[in-house]
Amino acid sequence: MQDINIKITDRNGETHEVVAPTDMAMNLMEVVRSYELAEEGTIGVCGGMAMCASCQCYVVSDHKLPEITDDEDAMLAEAFNVEDNSRLGCQIQMTSEMNGLEVVLAPEM
Amino acid sequence: MITTDILIIGAGPTGLFTVFEAGLLKLKCHLIDALPQPGGQCSEIYPKKPIYDIPAYPEILAGDLTQKLIEQTKQFEPGFTLGERAETIDKQDDGTFIVTTNKGTKHHAKIVAIAGGLGSFEPRKPLIPTIANFEDKGVEYIIKEPELYRDKKVVISGGGDSALDWAVFLSNVASEVTLIHRRNEFRGALDSVEKVQELKNLGKIRMITPAEVKGIIGTDKVTGVAVEKKGEDAFIVDTDHFIPLFGLSPKLGPIGNWGLEIEKNAIKVNNALDYQTNIPGIYAIGDVNTYPGKLKLILCGFHEATLMCQSAYKRIFPNKKYVMKYTTVGGVDGFDGTRKEAPKAVVKAIQ
Repeated sequence: MQDINIKITDRNGETHEVVAPTDMAMNLMEVVRSYELAEEGTIGVCGGMAMCASCQCYVVSDHKLPEITDDEDAMLAEAFNVEDNSRLGCQIQMTSEMNGLEVVLAPEM
Repeated sequence: MITTDILIIGAGPTGLFTVFEAGLLKLKCHLIDALPQPGGQCSEIYPKKPIYDIPAYPEILAGDLTQKLIEQTKQFEPGFTLGERAETIDKQDDGTFIVTTNKGTKHHAKIVAIAGGLGSFEPRKPLIPTIANFEDKGVEYIIKEPELYRDKKVVISGGGDSALDWAVFLSNVASEVTLIHRRNEFRGALDSVEKVQELKNLGKIRMITPAEVKGIIGTDKVTGVAVEKKGEDAFIVDTDHFIPLFGLSPKLGPIGNWGLEIEKNAIKVNNALDYQTNIPGIYAIGDVNTYPGKLKLILCGFHEATLMCQSAYKRIFPNKKYVMKYTTVGGVDGFDGTRKEAPKAVVKAIQ
């Protein structure tokens, strides 16, 4: 599968159904940026190194996500507005397993 | 007053390389950075991360790259104002600028080059509605003077190295140290975690986990914090100081108030010409700027720095002719008296 469909609810509460490619090594944060679903400079500030938590999102759907790494876990320990379903978008790669993923962007920090 | 030809705001890779390019044109540079050492986010945030898209380096650690850039600039003897944030800028009648830092250090420059990357790194503030009212009245995000806490009650919030290290340090200074963290686990150096555990066992550090500070109590100054702990009713911890330590977050900072045209948290520049901003004499290069087609890459910052320096030269010396020379041809004359050039070929007559 080359493209997958995901639902992203932006910080204004609007839900967007977007198509994400799986053959470009993109992560969720980059999908949000490419569709301009968050203001430039407010998401992916660290470039995707799990060092800023600006791409924090709440995973609403019941997908099996990649294991949380030490770096991501450490960042979420320092971040605000963290919930049990919080993940960093930059650590969720767009693969065929992510088809149907539903996320809500956490508030801007 | 510090005087220079080009004042560079930001000592990251782009700012450092500007020193070299300006040096080739015999222009003196001085750099201001809010961080205590040069290198920007490369050395502050990810010094051990490899970078793969620096020309001629198949792989180089971010920290090593900045060290090499610093080495490359040394021959041009740049000045540094470190640990201070550029706060205000005043344009003079002759077109020059005076930039003053948050600590009052003044810099006089013919040209200002903003190479501020993502901006200055400022403490990440917890989401407590009234917290701004208590800043410097018992709420401190950075510990500058530990003696301030001598024999006082202190609440530290956070779960990283800073929170752990300061909890350990202040346990010997303050009358009471309380460490509050949202999780039971702490992400810090093993030594620090074990030391906190030991001090907790000795009763020298009080730990409240998993919990969060949700409010601040006090009128003129902090007298306590409201704490919410999972599974319990909210309660108040009496304290003289509340120190939230949640790391740093990049912000454009005071530069955003300088009258520069800003678009999407970045400074708009004229990329068709020379990366100058809407204020003549002020340039913006590297990740801090924006223009159609902008790419936030270190190598793009290097390119922008090079073009910007040529423009700066023309602005400083409008009547001087300058022809761009390759360093392979012209060599490099450092301000320190060094001379680097390719060895001349030896010509021998053939008998």
